Amino acid sequence: MRINRQISKTVFILSGTILSLLWFYPLYLVVTNSLKTKAEIFTNKLGLPASPTLANYKDAFLAMDFYRSFANSFIITFFSVLVICICTSMAAYALSRRPGKLSSFIYFGFALLMLVPFQAIMIPLVSVFGSVDMLNRVGLIIMYLGLASSMSVFLYFGALRGVPQELDEASLIDGSNRFQIYLYIIFPLLKPTTITVIVINALWFWNDYLLPSIVINKDGLYTIPLKMFYFFGEYTKQWHLALAGLVIAILPIIIVYMFLQKHIVQGISEGAVK
Amino acid sequence: MAPNLYPNGLKVVHAMQMKRLTYWMFLAPCLLALFVVIIIPFALGIYYSFTKYNGFQVFAFVGLDNYVDAFLDARFLRSLWFTTAVSFVSVIGINLIGLGLALLVTQSIGKFSTLFRTVFFLPNLIGGIILGFIWQFIFLKGFEGLFELTGLSLFNGWLSTPGTGFWGLVILLLWQMSGYIMIIYISFLLNIPREVIEASVIDGANVWQAFWRVKFPLLAPVFTVSLFLTLSNTFKVYDQNMALTKGGPFHSTEMATMNIYNTAFQVNDMGYAQAKAIIFMVIITIITLIQLYLTRKREINL
Repeated sequence: MRINRQISKTVFILSGTILSLLWFYPLYLVVTNSLKTKAEIFTNKLGLPASPTLANYKDAFLAMDFYRSFANSFIITFFSVLVICICTSMAAYALSRRPGKLSSFIYFGFALLMLVPFQAIMIPLVSVFGSVDMLNRVGLIIMYLGLASSMSVFLYFGALRGVPQELDEASLIDGSNRFQIYLYIIFPLLKPTTITVIVINALWFWNDYLLPSIVINKDGLYTIPLKMFYFFGEYTKQWHLALAGLVIAILPIIIVYMFLQKHIVQGISEGAVK
Repeated sequence: MAPNLYPNGLKVVHAMQMKRLTYWMFLAPCLLALFVVIIIPFALGIYYSFTKYNGFQVFAFVGLDNYVDAFLDARFLRSLWFTTAVSFVSVIGINLIGLGLALLVTQSIGKFSTLFRTVFFLPNLIGGIILGFIWQFIFLKGFEGLFELTGLSLFNGWLSTPGTGFWGLVILLLWQMSGYIMIIYISFLLNIPREVIEASVIDGANVWQAFWRVKFPLLAPVFTVSLFLTLSNTFKVYDQNMALTKGGPFHSTEMATMNIYNTAFQVNDMGYAQAKAIIFMVIITIITLIQLYLTRKREINL
């Protein structure tokens, strides 16, 4: 029995290792080739670089205007997530503190709107926002709030069911108003949910391509995903630069993942299952 | 859907209910955004789908013409078929691999468990555009290297034919989403009480039997969730498609979302594109409703 268990443990670890290596292989190829010269990528695609060089990185860094595109991605992601955390937790708080037909109706309205795929509103969205001259970053943040609010409201609402009413009541009797209660008592209690909301939305906005490609039309405001097309234009494809650019583009997220892995994985699984 | 939003704990004394004005103030930002971003565009979109529209001006009301045209549009129909095929194959693949990985990393293998999870989940953090470009390199150059090394024609000429374009996209989606689905399966697997598994082991069940007889039936609710997520996510793929093949060769790997995008922003036939988008929405809704119905039914039967 014990030997049996030991064998199966070894088999599991071995197959897991093989699968992990397989999973990692595409990234390994990208990283190793990004350290080769343009010529070497043609002759030696699978091996390690003969004499590794960081020159591609320097060129790619400049070509994708990294500081600027990073800042652009960050600004959009940060402010969208901030607005979403505030607005959706407030909405969920209201829905949870005024039970009844109206709140149920609004809640199911949120659910229903989740079924609308982005493609069905893409064209009119551009004409609505274009007609008021809002095809810019503020417009983009409002769009994200509209697109992301259903999911985040559900997450907050679920958490608020576990926050007893008595807490509010005690403070109401003490003379606080609803905004104070929300800000000082309720919102801090919702921290675990806020982390989940931040994780799922930040990943979405950081990586998003289609919507920013429609909304943002100034080169200086391009986010990282938009900038990647510099390397993958119609005519030129310089793999040595492109690969370095790809590595630079995924590096920030890998770094964040290493530090916040537990929160990210937990946030993703909670966001999916709820 | 949850039949009762407000369990007993939330029944409030009337005086303690949130005041009507405060209630609306708390809800206003979200509701306004929903109106401007989804409800109004959605209503406008239905209207546009019955018109000739170029993005600035509605030229004519054309009734059902756009819809009729869409159903006669061979390229659009092909993109719908391609989308369905990609989605079908990758949903099955993602769930099989995801469940397999989840079972693997929930065995008692100590620290390896976390390590494996980290690796399998990693691709899910990378955005669709970057994923598409990474795999473009793998299929064009990496596979070329493997072909030169092994001489196997299996590795030759990827993304240059409709078939390799199809499998290329499927492989990309498997790599991207299996780890995500794995996380979901893990959270359900860990919820199965240890005693249940242990009892079955004491009764003489091996790993295989413990899975099929004990875990699998208890996993019914997670299939509803994971199939729903993979189905709707794969159906709506755009970025990966765009970066991997851009629909080529000759539109043979164009997904429905890309066909809609091209009709709208390259041909500028917005009314027509909108009709296609509505058809697309109806198809997704029908497919996911069928899926929910079937898996719910299965949940009850088990």
